[in-house]
Amino acid sequence: MTSSPAPADPGPLAVVAAHGDLAAGLVSAVAQITGQGALLAPMSNRGRGPAELEAELRALLAAAPVRVVFTDLPGGSCTMAARRVQKDHPGLTLATGVNLATLLEFVCAAGSAPNDAQPAEVVSRALERGRASLVTLSAPAEAPAGVPR
Amino acid sequence: MPLVLYRIDDRLIHGQVVVGWGRPLDVSFLVLVDDEVAASEWEQELYRMAVPPEMDVVFASVEDAARQHAAFRADRRAGMLLTGNVAAMRALVDAVAATDPAGAVHAVNIGGLHHRPGRVQRMRYVFADADEERELRAIAAAGVAVTAQDVPNARPVPLADVLSGRADG
Repeated sequence: MTSSPAPADPGPLAVVAAHGDLAAGLVSAVAQITGQGALLAPMSNRGRGPAELEAELRALLAAAPVRVVFTDLPGGSCTMAARRVQKDHPGLTLATGVNLATLLEFVCAAGSAPNDAQPAEVVSRALERGRASLVTLSAPAEAPAGVPR
Repeated sequence: MPLVLYRIDDRLIHGQVVVGWGRPLDVSFLVLVDDEVAASEWEQELYRMAVPPEMDVVFASVEDAARQHAAFRADRRAGMLLTGNVAAMRALVDAVAATDPAGAVHAVNIGGLHHRPGRVQRMRYVFADADEERELRAIAAAGVAVTAQDVPNARPVPLADVLSGRADG
């Protein structure tokens, strides 16, 4: 029996750019949960000025089929750099306020989406999932007597 | 309420400014002093997007900021003034001393000057070339306390220590 060749590694489909070690931490968590961390390229703004951030983003876009950038804060320097890049990459989708639930939905959807799927639609669904994950959970009610916990 | 912080930061408006300093200082408006941004609608829109809805932002050239300085000081809300480079801050400090002496700038915060060719690293987040160091010394020589401090809970490092390379921040 012959096996078909494994599909070529597409490389990262999105950049996750954030403060401190947040992006690396989020991508690490995605890898732990789904095994698809390679679909995301983490990037930190630590120690980098605006020109360096923009250059790094442009380099990532040139090296991989990245069409999405996730950032943490709407007003953060990563977002500002991505907005500048977006000016001459109008097809780039930029989403801010990233969290783990957003990225999990993104990699699961992007990994199974047809090649012609619009990144903006995939991202939109991922953001909905991310927003929905922000909930307050009340303390559980006391179980009635005799009911095993 | 005076302008509570005069900051040099090549990122201008970003997370440290809006959240890191803006929250504890209860900043309600930002004065972004940059001739290039003041002349570009696109740049202004970019920075406006970075400002939370409860905060106002004013875009001004150095000349306009100096002219409006007394009005900024008269605002009942706390404000923060930002420049993206040392030269603009020095020009502003000098212009305010001339046009609004009662509101002369007493302290300048270096929040971030990052690597670029020609600059020498002085701290983790402060790089400066010879011209910038000269401008910073000139600001200090005018009686302004110049310190480097990226976030509020960091130790403010006096300019002399920054430029000597003795600072470890």
